[in-house]
Amino acid sequence: MNVGIVQFPGTNCEYDTRYAFEQLGCTTQILWHKNDTVAANTDLLVVAGGFSYGDYLRSGAIARFSPIMQAVIDFAHKGGKVLGICNGFQVLTESRLLPGALKRNEHLHFLSRHHHLQVVSTDNAFLNRFTCNDIVNIPIAHHDGNYYIDEAGLRSLYDNDQVLLRYCDAQGNIANPNGSVDAIAGICNAQKNVFGLMPHPERAMESILGSSDGKRMLEGFLNA
Amino acid sequence: MSQPLANITEVLAKHKLSLADYEHIKQILGREPNLVEIGIFSAMWSEHCSYKSSKVHLRGFPTKAPWVIQGPGENAGVIDIGGGYAAVFKMESHNHPSFIEPYQGAATGVGGIMRDVFTMGARPIASLNSLRFGDVKEASKTGAHQRYLVRGVVEGIGGYGNCMGVPTIGGEMSFESCYNGNILVNAFNLGLAKADEIFYGRAEGIGNPVIYVGSKTGRDGLGGAVMSSDSFTEATKSLRPTVQVGDPFTEKLLLEACLELFKTDYVVGIQDMGAAGLTSSSFEMAGRAGSGMKMHLDQVPAREEGMVPYEFMLSESQERMLICAKKGSEAAIIEIFHKWDLDCAVIGEVTDTGRMELFWHGDKVADVPVAPVSEEAPMYERPMTRPSYLDAVNALHVDGFERVSNHAAFETMFTSLEVVDKSWVYGQYDSMVQTNTIKKGGMLDASVIRIKETGGALAMSADCNVRYCYIDPKGGAAVAVMEAGRNVAMSGARPLAITDCLNFGNPENPEVMWQFGQACLGIKEACAELSTPVIGGNVSLYNETNGVSVFPTPSIATVGVNEDQNRVLLSSFQREGNLLYLVGTTRAEFGGSLYLKEVCGVVGGTLPAIDYEAERALWELVIEANKQGLLSAAKDCSSGGVAIALAKMAATSGKGCNVIMNVEDEREIFAESFSRAIIEVSPEHRGAFEAMASKLPHAIIGTVGGAHFTCNDVAMPMDRLQALYFNTFQSVIEQDL
Repeated sequence: MNVGIVQFPGTNCEYDTRYAFEQLGCTTQILWHKNDTVAANTDLLVVAGGFSYGDYLRSGAIARFSPIMQAVIDFAHKGGKVLGICNGFQVLTESRLLPGALKRNEHLHFLSRHHHLQVVSTDNAFLNRFTCNDIVNIPIAHHDGNYYIDEAGLRSLYDNDQVLLRYCDAQGNIANPNGSVDAIAGICNAQKNVFGLMPHPERAMESILGSSDGKRMLEGFLNA
Repeated sequence: MSQPLANITEVLAKHKLSLADYEHIKQILGREPNLVEIGIFSAMWSEHCSYKSSKVHLRGFPTKAPWVIQGPGENAGVIDIGGGYAAVFKMESHNHPSFIEPYQGAATGVGGIMRDVFTMGARPIASLNSLRFGDVKEASKTGAHQRYLVRGVVEGIGGYGNCMGVPTIGGEMSFESCYNGNILVNAFNLGLAKADEIFYGRAEGIGNPVIYVGSKTGRDGLGGAVMSSDSFTEATKSLRPTVQVGDPFTEKLLLEACLELFKTDYVVGIQDMGAAGLTSSSFEMAGRAGSGMKMHLDQVPAREEGMVPYEFMLSESQERMLICAKKGSEAAIIEIFHKWDLDCAVIGEVTDTGRMELFWHGDKVADVPVAPVSEEAPMYERPMTRPSYLDAVNALHVDGFERVSNHAAFETMFTSLEVVDKSWVYGQYDSMVQTNTIKKGGMLDASVIRIKETGGALAMSADCNVRYCYIDPKGGAAVAVMEAGRNVAMSGARPLAITDCLNFGNPENPEVMWQFGQACLGIKEACAELSTPVIGGNVSLYNETNGVSVFPTPSIATVGVNEDQNRVLLSSFQREGNLLYLVGTTRAEFGGSLYLKEVCGVVGGTLPAIDYEAERALWELVIEANKQGLLSAAKDCSSGGVAIALAKMAATSGKGCNVIMNVEDEREIFAESFSRAIIEVSPEHRGAFEAMASKLPHAIIGTVGGAHFTCNDVAMPMDRLQALYFNTFQSVIEQDL
């Protein structure tokens, strides 16, 4: 599988993401933000975490105007698979590839720790190796992870099985670390080819680092 | 060259130079200095840059070992960690700026130490910090201000480090009244480089270009090095403009651009612009190589119009570097920095004159011989007197205080902010970016990252028990070296080297100078005995407000190597039914202890006995037994003794324990005798472990498991233990919000 990983000035998870996909046997390519095309054989585009353009103005707001984003948007519109992790999720909402927005965490602090997540829907490329209500343990590290969507939008997310993951505790009880609507941690678009989540599956690939649950997530793309 | 100065007395006072300094400058120049030159000497001869009070005491630090690639004197120290790789690390203070403006002060402290590391050619891969605050628990105005400082400093450290994509994997924090007027913010960073691709801060090769890269120069931080070389008074708030403002996004670009540049062979030398900005970087780079330099200050990228040469030389604007490159590579270098949207300008060249010649639109505005600025910097052998407080403080003894039940003492000590979990702090730091973090903040003792390139792991720990240093500056400093090393060894890594950050009060006070001299002796002794040489460090003096100096605070950070990333030993309880050993000798030693502070309300007593042989033996035992896979967990016993160590192991694991420790005096469960550890061993390894431990005092004191934490007459249900441990810090620090 060929994975393209977008690199803006200020992106800082591109090498972690590359390492994770290479551990899965994928071929990876880092895509500089000034590129305005994506290789034709690309199977998956990842918008990696970090602080694109320093996250000045608003997280992801400036990155959305980068030349590479037009290529990402075109790729997605043609049905190509796109995954946005953390800052990448913010960039995808700012780019309108995903609905909703990410606001400052409710308690205003940056939040870094392992957090449990409940798998909400599995009928998609990203979570096809899971069953609903599975609990996974994945690191979060964000300042602006408070997912917001209006009521109509939320209803439509559920109606189309677009809610992927919700924050919970180890027993599966909903636990909301940042104030997100319905404790939502990740979603996809209606066509189920664009995925975004605040937690970092690429940081949960090996048990010596605390969890390997992220591996099953990224592996989902391999046979999709 | 401009006119000699008229109002010289006033100018000297403003630059904290004496009349004797002025005469010396005239002798070096052979004429009267102009204002630019006064500014240069003032910065280079400031305490911060010249180490004029401390230098005589720093001589004789053990700095060599077969694994040391670079000792003190460069931007950071370097050790060989095997597999063709090197660890580059250093710790630095940003105390004065953080007290004046906590967010920016702490943030730029982090930024500065990262530049020190990546200027050596290394990618920063881990940060630690060592923080001291005052009476944060108090309801008073002082307490509220301290809580504001804690919140600002923590947010500043996180704000900078998180954006850089460098994990902050641990640190330490303690609280004493002496820090009410001077908090301490010490930032440590470690980077990874190939052992044969280290870059140094040298400008050599006549005609080679001197290139400025990074942020534009502004008027921020003007005179910062001079500011931080003075004590605080009521008027200090007006110094806010001397605090630099950080931009981690620019630094991230600077980091990536520099790492891209290092892959070429264009660089002769490189140095970051830290304290005293362009002045110190240019003088130090020329000085190390015995070269001269010409610089055209009108070519320096400026943030605003109307700036003058004096300001260009003394600005402490952040995120800037000075590069000496091979002639002919200018265009290629400019291209790299422009790719990263950074300024890059050729501002001068290396000469063979041995002089720093500065020009402004073609006119020479300063001409200073390079070598004398550092070599002839004032050096003081300041008077030293044993502090008068010591006799009274050393005479205090635990028996002089009313007895309280062990249970009451435990609860008081266990809820002290020094002991409880600080997830409120480390939860604001991205600790997992770069996907190497095995042991991080909250997991007790050393922090550990694996090295993808070698399959090994690096353990690191920053420590200093300031109460020990107050009652015995020499012994206390030695114990800081022992404890930082012990924490590293408890993870199964072999301690290899240290960096220090020596925070003291006013050196013009003979009692403070004595503390400083003694602490240096302690570090020398311990580093030699434990084979952990000093490979770099930093001195911060004048941590004094209105005549009150901080406790002697020699922060020590030790780095060690574990050859196998899959054999990193943790410090929380691992499995119910496992045996708990106490290794080492417990005596009724309470000098400087948490017990005396929290239960008896005093910082005093005499320091517990130091035994380097016992310390080395403990390290060897844990390192070797862990290599053979005999250990489940290990944790050192430090502040609060065996009871507090066990309680932390229990709280962080959610597993109880049942421990009976054999004591002569019931209070000994809290005694702080050195060179001890709690070691968890599964029953099947009992025989093999005891055979290895036969030469050390060791005893089984209990087992892991149960719904209670029990240690002699102290018992507490696990849910209550965990609630106290995990909730106390936030409730204190957010009480004003």
